[in-house]
Amino acid sequence: MSESADGEAIIELDHVVKEFRKGRGSAVRAVDDVSLRINRGDIFGIIGYSGAGKSTLVRMINGLERATSGTVRVLGSDITTLSESKLRPVRQKIGMIFQQFNLFSTKTVAENIAYPLQLDHWRKDYQQRRVQELLDFVGLAAYADSYPSQLSGGQKQRVGIARALATNPDILLADEATSALDPDTTIEVLALLKRVNEQLGITIVLITHQMNVVQQIANRVAVMSAGTVVEGGDVYDVFAAPQQSVTRRFIATALPGVPDEARIGAMREQWPGRLVTVLIRQKEVQAQQGVISASGQDISDLIAKHEVNSSLLFGGIDTVNGVAIGAITYEFTGEEDLVQAFLNDLARNSDIADFGTAQDPVPYAQAIVPVSNNTYGDKQLSDVDEGALTEAAEQQCECQAEK
Amino acid sequence: MVTLSARGTNWEVLKPILFQSIGQTLQMVLVTLVVGGFLGLILGVVLYGTRPGNLLENAVVYRILDTLVNIIRPIPFIIFLAAMQPLTIAVVGTSIGTTAAMFPMIIMCTVATSRLVEQNLVPVDAGIIEAARAMGASRLTIIRTVLIPEALAPLILAYAFLFIGVLDMSAMAGYIGGGGLGNFAIAYGYQKFDSVVTWTAVIIMIILVQVVQGIANALAKRILKRQR
Repeated sequence: MSESADGEAIIELDHVVKEFRKGRGSAVRAVDDVSLRINRGDIFGIIGYSGAGKSTLVRMINGLERATSGTVRVLGSDITTLSESKLRPVRQKIGMIFQQFNLFSTKTVAENIAYPLQLDHWRKDYQQRRVQELLDFVGLAAYADSYPSQLSGGQKQRVGIARALATNPDILLADEATSALDPDTTIEVLALLKRVNEQLGITIVLITHQMNVVQQIANRVAVMSAGTVVEGGDVYDVFAAPQQSVTRRFIATALPGVPDEARIGAMREQWPGRLVTVLIRQKEVQAQQGVISASGQDISDLIAKHEVNSSLLFGGIDTVNGVAIGAITYEFTGEEDLVQAFLNDLARNSDIADFGTAQDPVPYAQAIVPVSNNTYGDKQLSDVDEGALTEAAEQQCECQAEK
Repeated sequence: MVTLSARGTNWEVLKPILFQSIGQTLQMVLVTLVVGGFLGLILGVVLYGTRPGNLLENAVVYRILDTLVNIIRPIPFIIFLAAMQPLTIAVVGTSIGTTAAMFPMIIMCTVATSRLVEQNLVPVDAGIIEAARAMGASRLTIIRTVLIPEALAPLILAYAFLFIGVLDMSAMAGYIGGGGLGNFAIAYGYQKFDSVVTWTAVIIMIILVQVVQGIANALAKRILKRQR
């Protein structure tokens, strides 16, 4: 795993294991030997399918769950050794928000936000001032005396965020904080979280199964599967060169990718020329197998230089952490030699998949090879990869060996 | 020989007895509800809290309390009253009279309350409790400021239900000289074939129940309106 050593570690998990007893004797490993370092100021995404252990993992950061073994260091103290009462001051430095918001239903919005302040024995007038500040920050000043049941989902989560920020925490844990929200509200809440990170300097740990959430606000990411972190690092690097099929599947949900075999077939019917997919990477990527250079950066120049005809058929480009990434599929037509010369030139600085022409097609599985290791791909592509790495266990072994 | 209140109901004599009976009933019911209701609240919170996965999780304590409650609760109160006699003498000093009746009533009320409280705390969203824990609230604080407020509306209705149960218990206090409206209805109504007296007692009890239930419904509705 590529772990940038710069920056001050605010959360460090070292070989953390969490087992739940299930009946007599047998135990389920929800978290299996996870080591993770989260730096101050990070927005750290932890992504995985439900049951991957990410919720348990995040609950070990504020001691809601106790590690079975391993150590969890938060803000400089090893919280695995702290008693419930000694944990309390640490917890006041860690805010938490939830998928179902978990607001107190019999308290007003203002009372909800004031609750952690009461726990901290703030003076009444200080409490009121702080609540007002927080209401302004999340844009809910008009709702101070409303009850949570009168609010929309997005408003509820904003109250949750205000409540979590009340005692000026250093860390905010977000457990599927946008999963119960519609896309518009998700964007709104993510923008607020970004503001929390940038304006207040709060480190955010974001648990999610939505890759677009990670893409939009995280700077670092860890992918969890079956209790282990299978992959992690800089968000752009992981997006540009995912190593595990589970990661590829997640990324495919956030970015339109390389067309699958059926789509190539469909395009072929309308566009008989040379079908070529070009990967777009604005900058080089630090991957496990080494540095992967940028790709697709000179394509416009080359098309102009070689005088081939091009039609843009399929694909998409988005930014991850402010850097462009994507894949674009073209049809190139023209004299065969010229097209070939152009492709040779293009392949020098780019990863391309050449599917051939309608008359002289290249089999999909063969065409995809040059890009399959360096792309996030899509369902079809990750299925191809899964053939190579059938067993999930095998993948984990590999990953651990590389760690 | 059929005597249907041959001399008519003598309210001159019965009135003071009726008022005394109402007083006794109110005394028994209120003291039982306050003391038994409070002890039951604590026992109920402990029952809820010691359940697997909850704040005070403790399988042994839960099993013991759960069994105890299950043993006491199904005993018909009139038999419980008799069975408790030795303990009542030991604690109260006598086994007859209003005070003597209140001791077994409080015990039965505690047990019944505990189960009702437990049942009404179970549906409280575990996520809300977790949120309070994450903020650094102690267990006792969570129980006081989150758990009970969240379940307040059903708890109020549960206590109204208990009021009726306690009123029912108080009617049997007459058997051990505890007096009260139940005793009034039996001794001066039923046994003297004076159904006017019996029904007077019945109507007073109906009014009592209606008033209490009405207040409880109104309170619960007000709280629920905010919550939903």
